[in-house]
Amino acid sequence: MDLPEGPIMRYDLQTIASWIAAGSRVLDLGCGNGDLLAWLAAQRGVRGTGIERDAEKAAACIARGLSVLQGDLNAEVDDYPDRSFDYVILSQTLQQVLEPARLLRSLSRIGRQVIVSFPNFSHYTIRLQLLMKGLAPKNDQLPYSWYDTPNIRVITLDDFRRFAGEVGYTIVREAAINTDHHDRQGHIVRWCTNLRACYGIFAIEKKFPGKAEGT
Amino acid sequence: MPSISPSPVLRGEKHSFSFAQAPHEMVLENGSRIGPVTIAYETFGRLTPAKDNAILVAHAFTGDSHVAGLYADEPDDARPGWWDSMVGPGRGIDTDRFFVICSNILGGCAGSTGPSSLHPTSGRPYGLDFPMVTIGDMVTAQKALLDHLEIDRLVAVIGGSLGGMQTLEWCVRYPDMIRAAIPIATTMRHSALAIAFNEVARQAIMADPNWKRGDYYGTAGPDTGLAVARMIGHVTYLSDQAMRRKFGRRLQDKQDFSFGFDADFQVESYLRHQGNKFVQRFDANSLLYITKASDYFDLKEAPGKPFREPGTAGTKFLVVSYTSDWLYPTYQARELVQALKRSGRDVSFCEIEADCGHDAFLIPDERLNTLVRGFLDGLA
Repeated sequence: MDLPEGPIMRYDLQTIASWIAAGSRVLDLGCGNGDLLAWLAAQRGVRGTGIERDAEKAAACIARGLSVLQGDLNAEVDDYPDRSFDYVILSQTLQQVLEPARLLRSLSRIGRQVIVSFPNFSHYTIRLQLLMKGLAPKNDQLPYSWYDTPNIRVITLDDFRRFAGEVGYTIVREAAINTDHHDRQGHIVRWCTNLRACYGIFAIEKKFPGKAEGT
Repeated sequence: MPSISPSPVLRGEKHSFSFAQAPHEMVLENGSRIGPVTIAYETFGRLTPAKDNAILVAHAFTGDSHVAGLYADEPDDARPGWWDSMVGPGRGIDTDRFFVICSNILGGCAGSTGPSSLHPTSGRPYGLDFPMVTIGDMVTAQKALLDHLEIDRLVAVIGGSLGGMQTLEWCVRYPDMIRAAIPIATTMRHSALAIAFNEVARQAIMADPNWKRGDYYGTAGPDTGLAVARMIGHVTYLSDQAMRRKFGRRLQDKQDFSFGFDADFQVESYLRHQGNKFVQRFDANSLLYITKASDYFDLKEAPGKPFREPGTAGTKFLVVSYTSDWLYPTYQARELVQALKRSGRDVSFCEIEADCGHDAFLIPDERLNTLVRGFLDGLA
């Protein structure tokens, strides 16, 4: 993999960054402190926009020179015209969305390609916790209890593949990754991904009937 | 909240520039003509030889060109300009880097041509003969000033409230001149609520027998009406939380109610004080004209629907609102953001948590400074 230069960011973001073409237009949903956008701008000449719910994080992004809107991503994405972006990135947020199907439909309207990453709930350690202890799983990637978790959607890599097929998205690229407990370093998982990967990253596209391509 | 060094370090002076001499009067949006026009302005920092580091600060309703620092002849402990916490060396708008220009608006009463200025033919103050000026006319006059200073591009236009309206108007009229725009605590158009408060303020002035249909210069003047107008305005600039915190129901210099109509409550006393102070420095007719200009301002339904078409200028926008601003609430800032997004413009937005209402942007706050400084740094 083409490892990004510059400061080390979360490993899943490094993977996503390596998929982004230079000079493209990118929307990063839930952009946090803006690490990915800053890297893409500096290393790839990307014209990026971020959306971040947290006021302090949004302000910190703006103060580092990024174009970031403070707001709720579900509402903010509706304002953009069709195909406003080459890539729309939803990293580690899908599992927290109330209406994921509706959101993905919006994202594939405003972006040529949607890149989604999420924690894989069928990792073998999670399966074992449920099987052996009978408790809702907790681990480094999913540190919450059932009553305080923001992760209201339980998704596995296979779930997402099936969903994409059913709803009519083409998966143009995917990666299954494992990371260390700081999420800074990791590696690609090549076999038995649904069992062995902590995170899945998918790039999906959807063709809209009646919408001319390349607009 | 991190504090900002209170001591003003800038020393400046007020300049003035006159243009639109007959027969080349300035043609206003409503078709009438005015001339000559004088614009009072101040500058801070140093203009580069390439003239490419200028920032225009647009002042709010009752502001003036004195945005920061002190005048040369003032003592060190004098009250500095109205945005001294934002404009200065090392501040959010860094005068070590940028050449900052601030001018008094057309229709104002702090050195620029307004209803209290002398009519060129009668030689008496305009009064109600002053033509109705718009936010667009204010911007056109500022453009004339920039032409005079031979500045043909701006790093940024920045302003809060009515200054935010001018900022947006600049982006509509002269988009290619502007690298970045920072409209703060502002709106694309007044709500019925905002118009209503303005109307009450105007009625307070016009109901004062000393107003005399605007022809009061050289006489006592509608001080009572103007003070009441200011009191109303001041309430809209604060917030419920701020007033609870600042005043509550505390009494002013007394233990019990007077059971009369003196100022019993601190909030009454405060508003009376603000009203009386305002009368010393502001012209009642200017208030009438400027409030009307802000009520007429409408970028949403304006001819040409300014922010509906994609922009070609590449201006970067930073929109800022405040949580407790009930004059121009955050939903109005979001409408602006929405219009900018829909037309494909590069926009950032931040809602700052503050309980001090609409006036929050004038109160020293390192968060706004950091935001503005970082945004300007990112323009490179």
